[in-house]
Amino acid sequence: MNIYVLLKKTFDTEEKIVVSNGQIEDDSAEFIINPYDEYAVEEAIKQRDEHGGEVTVVTIGDEDSEKQLRTALAMGADKAVLINTEDDLEDGDQFSTAKILETYFEDKDADLILAGNVAIDEASGQVGPRLATRLGISYVTTITGLTISGDTAQIEKDVEGDVEKIECPLPLLVTCQQGLNEPRYPSLPGIMKAKKKPLAELEIDDLDLDEDDLEPKTKTLEIFMPQEKQAGRVLEGEPDAQVKELVSLLKNEAKVL
Amino acid sequence: MNFELTKEQQMVRKMVRDFAEEVIKPRAIEIDTSATFPKDIFDQMGELGFMGIPFPEEYGGSGGDTISYAIAVEEIGRVCGSTGLSFAATVSLGASPIYYFGTEEQKQEFLKPQAEGRALGAFGLTEPNAGSDAGGTKTTAIADGDSYIINGEKCFITNASFADTIIVTAVTGKNEKGRNIISAIIVPTDTEGVKVTSNYDKMGVRGSDTAEVVLDQVRVPKTNLLGDPQKGFHQFLYTLDGGRISIAALGLGIAQASLEKSLNYAKERKQFGESISDFQAIQFKLADMAMEIELARNMVYKTAWLKDQNKPFTKESAYAKLFASETAVRAADQAIQIHGGYGYMREYEVERYLRDAKLLEIGEGTSEVQRLVIARQLGC
Ligand SMILES: Cc1cc2nc3c(=O)[nH]c(=O)nc-3n(C[C@H](O)[C@H](O)[C@H](O)COP(=O)(O)OP(=O)(O)OC[C@H]3O[C@@H](n4cnc5c(N)ncnc54)[C@H](O)[C@@H]3O)c2cc1C
Ligand SMILES: Cc1cc2nc3c(=O)[nH]c(=O)nc-3n(C[C@H](O)[C@H](O)[C@H](O)COP(=O)(O)OP(=O)(O)OC[C@H]3O[C@@H](n4cnc5c(N)ncnc54)[C@H](O)[C@@H]3O)c2cc1C
Repeated sequence: MNIYVLLKKTFDTEEKIVVSNGQIEDDSAEFIINPYDEYAVEEAIKQRDEHGGEVTVVTIGDEDSEKQLRTALAMGADKAVLINTEDDLEDGDQFSTAKILETYFEDKDADLILAGNVAIDEASGQVGPRLATRLGISYVTTITGLTISGDTAQIEKDVEGDVEKIECPLPLLVTCQQGLNEPRYPSLPGIMKAKKKPLAELEIDDLDLDEDDLEPKTKTLEIFMPQEKQAGRVLEGEPDAQVKELVSLLKNEAKVL
Repeated sequence: MNFELTKEQQMVRKMVRDFAEEVIKPRAIEIDTSATFPKDIFDQMGELGFMGIPFPEEYGGSGGDTISYAIAVEEIGRVCGSTGLSFAATVSLGASPIYYFGTEEQKQEFLKPQAEGRALGAFGLTEPNAGSDAGGTKTTAIADGDSYIINGEKCFITNASFADTIIVTAVTGKNEKGRNIISAIIVPTDTEGVKVTSNYDKMGVRGSDTAEVVLDQVRVPKTNLLGDPQKGFHQFLYTLDGGRISIAALGLGIAQASLEKSLNYAKERKQFGESISDFQAIQFKLADMAMEIELARNMVYKTAWLKDQNKPFTKESAYAKLFASETAVRAADQAIQIHGGYGYMREYEVERYLRDAKLLEIGEGTSEVQRLVIARQLGC
């Protein structure tokens, strides 16, 4: 099977993030593989181990994205492709990303493409579905189970906590949800071997694209940190009175009732 | 000069840190209080290739360098000194001597299972009456046909209860000057006459197994002798030089944890209407900790680098071990101080850091012995 994973480098939202002048400061952020993409890498490796074939991890990013690609190789992926847009693209949005990927995949003959459900930085969840649409293949989002036999995939999809079971022919694109698997740690021999695995670097030029083809369709107006959480309030008095006060606060102050 | 870690070294740090935070850290307090060796954690580490980091693939290793290995010990030590010590001991003392001095057969039979994480190793040098004075070994190994018959007693041996093999030092004869020849012999722990007892009630590194080993008429094949029969003493000196890098890395990890906990706590703790991190008295403590840690780190990595370059590193490993272990003790002590009364409580973990760190000033050569080594290297 010809398996591809779409992987994004994101900043670690559990670490401190500094926003200045409407931009997230790269210097202070920690960068990681988008956690949902880790499920995709894990699933790709598992499917390959079961059905044979090859796992190629593709990212659109910059020089530093090599680290995340190497990590995926260390987990067990076979090849990596870095589409480096650092010098060519000022801005991009989901349209630009999907367009680059569409061009990349045109001659690839993929059987299965796995992506994360969302990237935790921008959380649009669009890239997977947009790419599948452009490639004219089926897609299923937020999957939590995948069994492939022959040309058919049996999929479990998370729908707001319930499970929907779907049967779908290959080629197919899926986006991976938490619960699909437990991503493995890259093993230590895996880390050392990763440097010997092929990692190809492309620029948009190599895909016969130029900046005009990729002009974003959206514009980011502002980026800001969420307001700091206010301290909680502890009600006092008899339970009866507290309940009354709570109901009144929910009605009049929080306006949620 | 280039002070930047390679991509692999950075990836090792990230992977080991993730593993340490997710798997070991939640259990660190319990490992200490119950003083139980976390065998399941070692099995998992073995599967992930931890035990084989500095050994080549042909012997089941990961093919990493000493710097990667030091980083791994540092990151494990940052969450749990006990796990860190047993990890350092199995790799540096149990497996490394076989890699450096073993025959091809010994490597296949004894190193490979350890590097692949299927077996743990131990190193039995210390005896009740031969600690710092390792040359005072009383254990004997007497040739008998194709075998050695070993008799003696070893104490404070890390991992012995869980190890498949113990490398034991023993007197095998006398040289022409009439001095004892000390050799290292690989002793499988299931050999008849090997008795391992783990009864020590330790101050720190309580989850690391430490055992007493009694060898009573233990018969092992002569082929288990490690390396050159005349040069056993030099071999274990070299082994200890390497081991010191890992003890230093462990100290670095404990010191780093002390700093991180203290910094977080100091920013949060308010007294006199201010965060205590606003008081210069606390700031100076944190500044000293951070500075010493960075100096220790540079020394540890430099020593590991020298070893990887096959350059002499005896003096440097003594510097690194001495400075990093004393840094760890100071940092852990200050961490308790910064935490005030809370720091004295187990729950806040910094008191454990101090108990764990103290071992590093004793094991693999006391601080005094490190100073002796350095002075000797200076030509005294
Ligand atoms: C938890 C733990 C794990 C250990 N693991 C191992 C292991 O895996 N394998 C192993 O072989 N050993 C191990 N040891 C033993 C350890 O290496 C020894 O305890 C150490 O080398 C000191 O020896 P000693 O305890 O006999 O102390 P001694 O040598 O009796 O030292 C007592 C004091 O005298 C000082 N001293 C001794 N000689 C001199 C001198 N010439 N000049 C100045 N001062 C001197 C020492 O520095 C020390 O302060 C372990 C010990 C512990 C506590
Ligand atoms: C075993 C034990 C028994 C105890 N028994 C009693 C008892 O019987 N009765 C009782 O009342 N208390 C008792 N205590 C509490 C003890 O007195 C306090 O822990 C101690 O006064 C420190 O207060 P703290 O723990 O809140 O630390 P903090 O006051 O929060 O101090 C934290 C750190 O900040 C430093 N710091 C604080 N303010 C300043 C400043 N302005 N400038 C510079 N540095 C500063 C401190 O020196 C310390 O290093 C006990 C504590 C323990 C551990």
